[in-house]
Amino acid sequence: MSAGIVTYGGYVPRYRIRPKEIGAVWGADGEAMGRGLNIKAKSVPGPDEDVITISVEAARAAMARVDLDPTDIGAIYVGSESHPYAVKPTATVVAEAIGAAPVMTAADFEFACKAGTAAMQTCMGLTLSKMYKYGMAIGSDTSQGAPGDALEYSASAGGAAFVIGTDRMIATIDHTVSYTTDTPDFWRREGQRYPSHGGRFTGEPAYFKHVVSCAQLLFKRAGTTAEDYEYAVFHQPNGKFPVRAGKQLGFKDGQMDTGLLVRDIGNTYSGAIMLGLCAILDEAEAGDRIFAMGYGSGAGSDGFDLTVTDEIRKIRRDVRSIRDMVKDSAFIDYATYAKYRGKIAMKEAAV
Amino acid sequence: MRDVAIIGVGETPFGELWDYSFRDLGIEAGLKAIQDAKVTAEEIDAVYVGNMSAGKFIDQEHVSALVADYAGLADMHLPTVRVEGGGACGAVALLQARMAIASGMYDVVVVGGAEKMTDVGEVQAAEILSSTADQEWESVFGATFAGLYAMMARRHMHEFGTTREHMGAVAVKNHKNGALNPVAQFQKEITLETVLQSPWVAEPLGLFDCAPLSDGAAAIVLCAMDAARRYTDAPIRIAGSGQASDFLALHDRRDLTTMDATVVAGKRAFAEAKVEPRDIQVAEVHDNFTITEILAIEDLKFVEKGKGGPATVDGVTALNGKVSVNTSGGLKARGQPVGATGVAQAVEIVRQLRGEAGKRQVVGARRGLTHTLGGTGATAVVHIFERGA
Repeated sequence: MSAGIVTYGGYVPRYRIRPKEIGAVWGADGEAMGRGLNIKAKSVPGPDEDVITISVEAARAAMARVDLDPTDIGAIYVGSESHPYAVKPTATVVAEAIGAAPVMTAADFEFACKAGTAAMQTCMGLTLSKMYKYGMAIGSDTSQGAPGDALEYSASAGGAAFVIGTDRMIATIDHTVSYTTDTPDFWRREGQRYPSHGGRFTGEPAYFKHVVSCAQLLFKRAGTTAEDYEYAVFHQPNGKFPVRAGKQLGFKDGQMDTGLLVRDIGNTYSGAIMLGLCAILDEAEAGDRIFAMGYGSGAGSDGFDLTVTDEIRKIRRDVRSIRDMVKDSAFIDYATYAKYRGKIAMKEAAV
Repeated sequence: MRDVAIIGVGETPFGELWDYSFRDLGIEAGLKAIQDAKVTAEEIDAVYVGNMSAGKFIDQEHVSALVADYAGLADMHLPTVRVEGGGACGAVALLQARMAIASGMYDVVVVGGAEKMTDVGEVQAAEILSSTADQEWESVFGATFAGLYAMMARRHMHEFGTTREHMGAVAVKNHKNGALNPVAQFQKEITLETVLQSPWVAEPLGLFDCAPLSDGAAAIVLCAMDAARRYTDAPIRIAGSGQASDFLALHDRRDLTTMDATVVAGKRAFAEAKVEPRDIQVAEVHDNFTITEILAIEDLKFVEKGKGGPATVDGVTALNGKVSVNTSGGLKARGQPVGATGVAQAVEIVRQLRGEAGKRQVVGARRGLTHTLGGTGATAVVHIFERGA
């Protein structure tokens, strides 16, 4: 018996800012920065958006594709590194919003950019063990990049939700494997507003080591090679890392294009690989195999070997696609961005 | 004073070495040098270590005992000395070790140089490097290391018509040499356009005018010349050494376009070795910035004052040119782990004089020179080496 994806949904805020606009404020060549990162624009959450609203949007989009009794969802886990509250879960708001509460469990996860895929694995275990009928795993972020820091050109916002179960699966997860080490490439301590990172250390010893090692493990477990997959999607902190890692593993551009959203919306952190997987499911057909490889700093990779089933024909596919959300963009200037992201010191409201 | 010879050399790769700690670097370079020299632990009399700022880079002081300990020499209870002299510390350590043997106090000494620079962020690393300038008069007012060298470059451009293209030629040459050095941080040739189009670090110095931050170590085993043949058929004699200091802050110097410390250290080394600049076939000079190499080849009298840029463009300092300069790739391409620099330069010259430099071998290299700077030139050390008789 296997577990798999029963339905999925994603959300990308419509505001965008270009690297050139960011660079102009800091006296940097933003266009060159964008070219270096292979990022044309990044998504920006609106003033009323945060990880809770993005998670709710994604969860509702997932539920809108299927006729599923929300009370059958026994667990909701939201993975993010930008939960609005340090203490008080995002997941309970999502549970109430989709009508899954109160006879269920919920919690927030954190593992840099792979907390959402960790939640998927947790839901696999819970449903395979029959503890719950369905579980919902969400990866969602309004990621932080310090003003002027290299991260500011890529850190964006978005999220995706997957309902995991053992029946009505539109895609079975045939194999999953993780690769985890203590590697301090990127971190943010309690109370700090912006993360720190190890510059180039985030590349070879961090992203590439974990992604490639985990991918090789997954190939071995699944008995597959890159050629066996119609689609491949990787965690995408920028437009270069996933392509380089993919090619190193034998994947071609055609397999990676659909899930590579970072070029248009930036790095949505916990949402990144899950949104890419949603974009693939938007167009995949029964029988297609999908290779998905997440990465979270700190560090670890979660890999998934998926096969799309005939059930994909039964879900609603006429709803708003991820590509539609990526295209639906409103470009803003840095001043508006600074306002939306709360970077302007305001008069404090009377309490 | 006894003659002193180099009988063994070793080095680590240079670069962003995520898998190496400071002690890993020291052990690898030290053991390679000891193996190369074929000396036993019992024969070693002392260890000298050149290190600029382990306290700031990795929070570790007292690295002299640490290096000996991790090289497996702790129970020999050797005297160990850490030498600090800004970027020149490795070269100063070599001079101190040479003096210890020359005096007759020791017979066999290991000299190491090491720096682990990439455990801190780039901004912090730049601040640490700037601490070898004058904190009270320069750094505190915001002068960075690159900014101070940029002033020298500006003045040199003004006085002598030196251009960015001239300086760029230094980077192109050193990358070309680095491409032939299997331990270099950058083993890739670059074009002049790459240098000219690189973003400013401190105008007129672009990114490709600057040496990188690096991890790395190098080590040398020295012994008295009269005992050298017991260990090797190709001892390399230290024919002359000169060290000099100057005003710490740039604004106190007599001239921004001449490093008097280099001039004086060079004179002392050439006088002791009883040779002239034209007798040198291969030189490793301090090129933390491209302008620095131009100043060095002028101040060491390899070329006329003011002509360093055009001479570089003309290939005077190219591999197998009139004097082959920075065959290792220099600080620019081989890398710049500060404490290791002076020792690594000597390792390169030893390889050249032994005829072991592979694709970057200087034909007929008999005599070589190293030139190492601390700060913006407040310390300069010149060593001259020659093949043993």
